[in-house]
Amino acid sequence: MAHLIDGLAATLGKESIVTGLLFLGAVMAFAGFVSHRWTGGRLHASAIAIALGLMAALGAGLVTSGSRGMADVAGFGGLAILGGATLRDFAIVATASSSRFEELIVAGPRGMLALLCGVCGAFALGGMVAYGCGYRDPIDLATIGGGAATYIVGPVTGAALGAGSEVIALAVATGLVKSILVMLLTPTVARLIGLNRPAAAIVFGGLMGTTSGVVAGLAATDAKLVPYGALTSAFYTGLGCLLGPSLIIAVLRALLAHQ
Amino acid sequence: MMLGTVLLAACLLCGRCLGESLARALGIDGDVGGVGFAMVALMLGTAVVRRCGLDSAAFRAGLGYWAGMYIPIVVAMAATQNVVAALRGGWVAVLAGGVAVFVAFAAVPLLAGRPTESVGSMGE
Repeated sequence: MAHLIDGLAATLGKESIVTGLLFLGAVMAFAGFVSHRWTGGRLHASAIAIALGLMAALGAGLVTSGSRGMADVAGFGGLAILGGATLRDFAIVATASSSRFEELIVAGPRGMLALLCGVCGAFALGGMVAYGCGYRDPIDLATIGGGAATYIVGPVTGAALGAGSEVIALAVATGLVKSILVMLLTPTVARLIGLNRPAAAIVFGGLMGTTSGVVAGLAATDAKLVPYGALTSAFYTGLGCLLGPSLIIAVLRALLAHQ
Repeated sequence: MMLGTVLLAACLLCGRCLGESLARALGIDGDVGGVGFAMVALMLGTAVVRRCGLDSAAFRAGLGYWAGMYIPIVVAMAATQNVVAALRGGWVAVLAGGVAVFVAFAAVPLLAGRPTESVGSMGE
C-alpha cells in the first residue's frame, strides 16, 4: 500500500502537465455543478472556475510563500506551462477563427481611440492616486501609473527610468489588482455597460488592456467576445511601454516643475 | 486535423514576428500587438482555406480543440497568478488598480456608442 502511494506521488510529480489537466478538469466540473445547481446558471461556470483558480492561487501562495500560485505546489508545476503565455496566446488566437472580419473593420477607429484613452487614462489615474498617497517624484508617479496600465507596463517604465525596487514592486501589485478585479467583476457589470457585442468588446479590450484580465473576464461573460477584446488588448501593453518612459514622463516632469 | 493546427501555429508565429519587428522599429523591448496580428492572419487564413475548398470537419476540429481549451487554460493562468503579492501591495496598489478598473468600465458605453451601430447586432 505504501508503495502504491509513493508510486502515485512520484507519477503525479513527473507528469505534472497531466496532473494539471486533471486539476483543471476537476475545477471546471465543480464550477459547472455550482453554476447549474446553486445559481440556476445565472453565474457562468467559467466565472466560477476563474474565481476558484484565483482562490487556489491565494491559498497556495499563503502556504508555499512562492510567487506562482498553484504552480509552486509539488506536483502542480505543470499548471505554469498550461497557463503560461505560449498556450494562452495559442488558444486566444484559435478563438479568432469564429470571429468576423467585418466587425473588426467597423469597430477599428473606436478601438484605436479606446487604446489611447485606456493607456493615457491608466497613467493619469494611477499617477493621481500615487500623488494623493504622498509620492512626488515623477519617476515614481510614472511607474505606479504604468502599474495601473498593466503589471508589465509598470516595471518596464520603472526599469527604463531607474525607479526604486519597492516602487516597481508596488507597480506590479497595482497591475495584479487590476487584472484580478477585471477577471472577477466583468461578468457582473457586463450588462450594465452594454458589453454584449463585438464592438463593445473591442473598446473594452482597448480601455482595460490587461490581457489576462480582459480575456478571462470576457470568457466568463460570453466566450464569443474573447477574440475581439483580446485583439485590442494585445496592443495595449506595447503602447504603454512605448509611452511610459517617453511622453508620459515628459508630461509628468512638466506638470510637477510648474508647482 | 493537422491543417487547422498548422494554420494556427503559422499565424501565431507570423503575428509574433510582426509584433516583435514593430516593437524593434519603435525602439522598445518586447512585442507590440503580436497576438492581434496573429488573429487577423487567422481570420484571413480560414477564409483562404474555405475559398480553396480545403474546409472540412477535421480542419475545424484542429482549430476548435484549441479554442475549446481556452477557458481551462485561463483557469490555469488564474491559478498561477501571484494573488498574495497583489493583496500585500497595500492600499496604494488596491486604490490605483481599483480606480483604473472602475473608470475604464464606466468609459466602455461612452466609447462603444449605440448598440445599433454594430454590424449584426440585434438592436434594442
